[in-house]
Amino acid sequence: MAAKTLTIDGKQITAEEGETILQAATEAGIKIPTLCHLEGVYDIGACRLCLVEVTGTPKLLPACTLKVAEGMEVSTDTERLRKYRRMTLELLFAERNHVCAVCVANGHCELQTLAYSQGMEHVRYEYTFPKWNVDNTHRLFGMDHNRCILCTRCVRVCWHIEGAGTKNVSGRGGKSKIITDLNQEWGDSESCTECGKCVMSCPTGALFQKGSTVGESERDRNKLEFIVNAREKKQWNA
Amino acid sequence: MAKRIVIDPVTRIEGHAKISIFMDDAGNVADAEFHVVEFRGFEKFCEGRPYPEMPGITQRICGICPVSHTLASAKAGDAIMAVNIPPAADKLRRLMNLGQFVQSHALSFFHLSAPDFLLGWDTPPATRNVFGIIASNAGLARAGIRLRQFGQEIIEILGAKKVHPAWAVPGGVRSNLSAEGRARIKAWLPEAYATTDVALEIWKKTMKTHGREIQIFGNFPSLFMGLVTPDGSWEHHGGKLRFTDSSGSIIADQVDVTNYKDYIGEAVQNTSYLKSPYYLPLGFPEGIYRVGPLARLNVAEQMGTPKADEELKKFKKLGRGAVTSSFLYHYARLIEILASLEFIERYMDDPELSSDYLCADAGINSLRGVGASEAPRGTLFHDYTVDRNGLLQKVNLIVATGQNNLAMNQTVAQIARHYVRGNDIPEAMLNRVEHGIRCYDPCLSCSTHAVGQMPLHVQLIAPDGKVLDEKMRG
Repeated sequence: MAAKTLTIDGKQITAEEGETILQAATEAGIKIPTLCHLEGVYDIGACRLCLVEVTGTPKLLPACTLKVAEGMEVSTDTERLRKYRRMTLELLFAERNHVCAVCVANGHCELQTLAYSQGMEHVRYEYTFPKWNVDNTHRLFGMDHNRCILCTRCVRVCWHIEGAGTKNVSGRGGKSKIITDLNQEWGDSESCTECGKCVMSCPTGALFQKGSTVGESERDRNKLEFIVNAREKKQWNA
Repeated sequence: MAKRIVIDPVTRIEGHAKISIFMDDAGNVADAEFHVVEFRGFEKFCEGRPYPEMPGITQRICGICPVSHTLASAKAGDAIMAVNIPPAADKLRRLMNLGQFVQSHALSFFHLSAPDFLLGWDTPPATRNVFGIIASNAGLARAGIRLRQFGQEIIEILGAKKVHPAWAVPGGVRSNLSAEGRARIKAWLPEAYATTDVALEIWKKTMKTHGREIQIFGNFPSLFMGLVTPDGSWEHHGGKLRFTDSSGSIIADQVDVTNYKDYIGEAVQNTSYLKSPYYLPLGFPEGIYRVGPLARLNVAEQMGTPKADEELKKFKKLGRGAVTSSFLYHYARLIEILASLEFIERYMDDPELSSDYLCADAGINSLRGVGASEAPRGTLFHDYTVDRNGLLQKVNLIVATGQNNLAMNQTVAQIARHYVRGNDIPEAMLNRVEHGIRCYDPCLSCSTHAVGQMPLHVQLIAPDGKVLDEKMRG
């Protein structure tokens, strides 16, 4: 495969053709904030946290799906990007009911961590306080739609790592919802294998082990990557 | 002309409230009411949440007594799981509750109430606060603040946070007492005892000079309720309910907390967001009862520790039958600090608190769970009904301050009748009325306000609602 030479934040780097900017930046030690991205499953560019600026392109582009090209000049940390990232986070907080202090993921939540790291001090948008329910019908796991940011990590791991296809998305826009099978209660699902990968993948407290109390949801996402590497690259060492 | 005096807000209490004093045409006090003017809605918005989250959510009701809520909530969770929690977990929860008693009682005594009886009712409001105590007796103020800190450190040692520790969970607790924590508590105990002794000494002098307050500040017959052990000793976490009357006779005993509804009714008055619980067999409002330190010491036959039992004997001599003056809540509070310190000392030699078997594991085995625990201010009930999946369908919370609502009303009316006359309202008089509320150390919300910083707003209101006179302090 041909190598491409490009600059990210002024740093000259070489990346393989077909790699994404996110991959190339990570290899070069440049950290770009992500939220819907999850090692082990394909990217969809949904959360817009990894937006970068590319010289000559007026639009901001998601680093997780943008492929490297020869001579590309990419900036990952400009005032404009920081402003949009904060705005994106604020909109996520305003869209559903995120109450960190009493959340099972408090202290281990990627949304919360990003809000801190990106300097989100408050939410300028009006909270929408939508009415969402908790699906606690499954024997082992619960789903609190109040805390869901629709990153679809759970859907992707369910389809592409476990291969069960239990988790799906219904609806449009802010009314979109992660559903189980054909919008059934999780406890009634016939396709769910109870593997727990969706819970492991969730960046917030939306999916949790039943019985979890405040701040108890810690997730080991390396296991997902391990499974994929073991399967695809025949690497059995984590 | 009949009119109404409004004290709004009431200062040096936890939360926001006001007092209305109704005057008749002759300028005498006709009645007085205590209103809680904040609306919280916890019982409603907890509906639909999974019950294991409740100890985390409900402790946000309060920043002073979060431990009380989290423990009562965890207990309600135990009842839904229908489990016996590991013995170490029970002891650790008790240790945290004792820390909570010490810190909350020290706050009530030294920071909130002592300015009135140590500096004097007529001291200007600007200095009649904890800063005034610091100015007049820095050593005492420091010792009081340190005693409160001791209680808070116990909470932090166990739960990693002084306020809102995510530690007690349905089935048990999350962590044990570390060796380092044990050593810290042990080393601090002598200082805590010394401060409590000083406070008791001060209090005994205060009783000699405050005979009138003992007579007037909420001195009336009522029932008393609190948790007791099977042998009728003082209890603060677990145990069963006992009701006594003002003659000291037991009228209901060893009542399982799950059956509290057979004994306690809740009346709603349109002048306050605080419900008025009453003893059901006697009806409303005859079933007035008091909870908290005064009530617990009235219902208990002994404290269960030597030093506190000595004090309890002296305390019991202050009443014929029960001790009925609410001014003596302060004394009861100090005796409870002493008992708490003695129980804490006992735990310091108990190896079980270092156990790592801390949490029982079970599913949903009962669709209703009631948890009760003694909060510093009185018995606290959390009553949850869940569906088969553990989501809350109904939440009923009965808090200590609610149960003292009727008594607080009677107290402010009693004090106002003695001190309020005519159109002129001296500030010091209003302060006495406020102190009637402070005796109960009411906790009206989740937030504390800066002590001594809050303005007092008094209005004279004519029957037609016209403001005749107005005074502000702050």
